Amino acid sequence: MSLRSPLGKVLGRGSAGEGVGHWWAQRASALLLVPLSVWFLVALLELPLTDYAAVSIWMARGWNPVWLALLLLSLCWHSRLGVQVVIEDYVHGPSLKFASLLVNSAAHLLVLAVGLYALLRLAMRGAT
Amino acid sequence: MTERPLSPHLSVYRFLHTMALSILHRITGVWMALGLITLVYWLASAAAGEDAYARASARLGGGFARVLLLLWLAAFCYHFVNGVRHLCWDAGFGLEKHQARRTAKVVIALAVLAFLVLAYRLCCPFRASP
Repeated sequence: MSLRSPLGKVLGRGSAGEGVGHWWAQRASALLLVPLSVWFLVALLELPLTDYAAVSIWMARGWNPVWLALLLLSLCWHSRLGVQVVIEDYVHGPSLKFASLLVNSAAHLLVLAVGLYALLRLAMRGAT
Repeated sequence: MTERPLSPHLSVYRFLHTMALSILHRITGVWMALGLITLVYWLASAAAGEDAYARASARLGGGFARVLLLLWLAAFCYHFVNGVRHLCWDAGFGLEKHQARRTAKVVIALAVLAFLVLAYRLCCPFRASP
């Protein structure tokens, strides 16, 4: 156990430089989502959604898997950061808050992994 | 724990429509976070093959699912337009009280308009292909 005070430990170390990291990440992902989400919505409008062949070909064609992967990545990133702030504001009690934050991160990571795996499968099928 | 200064309790303020927009931004955001599951379900079903996609397509075309999809669309329209308002604030524009109150009305109008146009176009999201 150290006898140094918490203040003594951090003095002179400078700031971690990460204080505004969350804020910037939320804005950066929001900016990315502006064009990506518009592109996705327009594509949805034009796709015959019940037609499996048309949809799966579209998902695998050209740069579409890349844009879809970017869309998923920025969606999950932005969503995780946003839900995190909501939890921090409304969930009280340190252990419940910590658990909620953990579940939030894990759930978003899982959704992202499943989505990217699906895209990979679709794109690889298109390549053969 | 030391008593730290807190921002005044919400009930201290006279209610203004800008407050409703603020909380609606969070509500729509959390609602769309749940929508991610549906988006990924749709992608995964397409990756799983024709039968799985047909099943997912039938589920997402059901009455209840359509209501959910329209609610996600509404949430998206609002969150998108109000998100641009937030980005403008972050860039330092429109922070005066009278501006924030005016842009709130613009946001509502644009979001409703976008929702109506998109809902009309997507009305039957899983409509039969022409």
